[in-house]
Amino acid sequence: MKKLLILGAGTAGSIMANKMHKRLPSEVWNITVVDKELKHYYQPGFLFIPFGYYERKDIVKDALKFFPSGVEVINSEISKIDPSSSSVNLKNGTVLSYDILIVATGTRISPEDTPGLKGELWRKSIFDFYTIEGAEALAEFFKTWEGGNLVINIADNPIKCPVAPLEFAFYSDYFFTRKGMRDKVNITYVTPMSGAFTKPKASKMLGSLLGKKKINLVTDFFIGEVDNVNKKILDFGGREVPFDCLVSIPLHTGDDVISTSGLGDEFGFVKADKNTLQSTLYKNVFVVGDAGNYPASKAGSVAHFQADVLEKNIADFIAGLELSASFDGHSNCYIETGFGKGILIDFNYDTEPLPGIYPLPVLGPFSLLKESRINHWGKLFFKWIYWNILLRGRKLPVTDHMSMAGKIKD
Amino acid sequence: MAQKTYAGIAVDVNEEGYFITPSQWTREIATEIAKEESLTLTDQHFDIIEWLRKRHNAGEVLSIRSINHSAVLDVKTFYQLFPGAPLKKATKIAGIPKPVSCI
Repeated sequence: MKKLLILGAGTAGSIMANKMHKRLPSEVWNITVVDKELKHYYQPGFLFIPFGYYERKDIVKDALKFFPSGVEVINSEISKIDPSSSSVNLKNGTVLSYDILIVATGTRISPEDTPGLKGELWRKSIFDFYTIEGAEALAEFFKTWEGGNLVINIADNPIKCPVAPLEFAFYSDYFFTRKGMRDKVNITYVTPMSGAFTKPKASKMLGSLLGKKKINLVTDFFIGEVDNVNKKILDFGGREVPFDCLVSIPLHTGDDVISTSGLGDEFGFVKADKNTLQSTLYKNVFVVGDAGNYPASKAGSVAHFQADVLEKNIADFIAGLELSASFDGHSNCYIETGFGKGILIDFNYDTEPLPGIYPLPVLGPFSLLKESRINHWGKLFFKWIYWNILLRGRKLPVTDHMSMAGKIKD
Repeated sequence: MAQKTYAGIAVDVNEEGYFITPSQWTREIATEIAKEESLTLTDQHFDIIEWLRKRHNAGEVLSIRSINHSAVLDVKTFYQLFPGAPLKKATKIAGIPKPVSCI
């Protein structure tokens, strides 16, 4: 029997297991998935936990539900990947060999890499909302907070879901307005980028929306340390921003096991071709989702769009052919803007988010780069799509490659 | 596409002044772009500029945080060499595209 080994049972790993199970003949191929965590969190839901809109129970399911029978799932930590001998050692002592390896180990926050961030005030006045524990601690804090300086800081890119910090800022404005205490909360968005977002048209649109919502914007700020005594963040250029509540989006790294495998870059992201998704070092190793070092968003939609490309390329690899499918960097995200509205953006490696409608020209129904109520409902409904269609590797009525249909260039 | 002349050579730049064709870059050109930013380049400036160009040519993503792994200098020194927005300034002077960061 041939062996396909998938490391990671998250969004990307689940989609790939489902797709490859359908694609590969079960009399020839064994498919095994390994993960230390078998609770599957709907990560886009983390955003809503601090505001009490969701609780843990609303966004967690048993990961095993999403794998077809015939796919073996092992619950263990991975202690070592040895790509030169095509084998993986598990913490429970098992050694798994593979013919093809798919790395879907994701990314994690590493607050320990910024001095003072995980200091005395961590989870007291300093929070993250990229982990369930952080999001819940912040929810508790907001219940009794009387106001002050709310600072939202991105340490540096890449981060998961690059629009989530903006959504957090917009939703805070909405949340504290509804609580009747917006005048007591001064919201400041502090970013290492030169604007609200990286791509020009979206940055302009989102930047003006921050202004409209009276959210201060501090740009080109690269955090050097957090002063826990005087409650301020400092950048390397000598600037400082005081906070009463700091919501940090810490530096991100790949899984620790990647750093020791020789597959990754200095941040533990797997070095891979941005189009074929094949490791640049080992031909029988492929990457999908957040774990890769390619310049695509670390977002679930990317994993979804990559999955079809990877399925095809693995089939080509097995057949001894050149890899024929190419991932174009396609990403799309709903951006919750509060007050029952949202924005949708759709882009790839070469085309920045543009205004227009999506996915169908004229009919839409979603408007691109523009606030609308239906975009907000699209965001909420997406949770159902995620659990029922996306994770199971089923087709959505949108194209994998970004389409210019419905988009307005200038 | 716009053109700008540095050290007697016409180079292709985008609307923000970033190079479109990094191979048109020379050290003399770098010195002239630096003047526009009121900077005088030292060997240390050139060390990090060369490192940035090498990373870019290898198709790798550039971020401020990657500077700490450059073995050339740390982020603090990077800010001292290119005050304000160091990565933006340094990439412009290095004749490579403005880093988009990953989005």
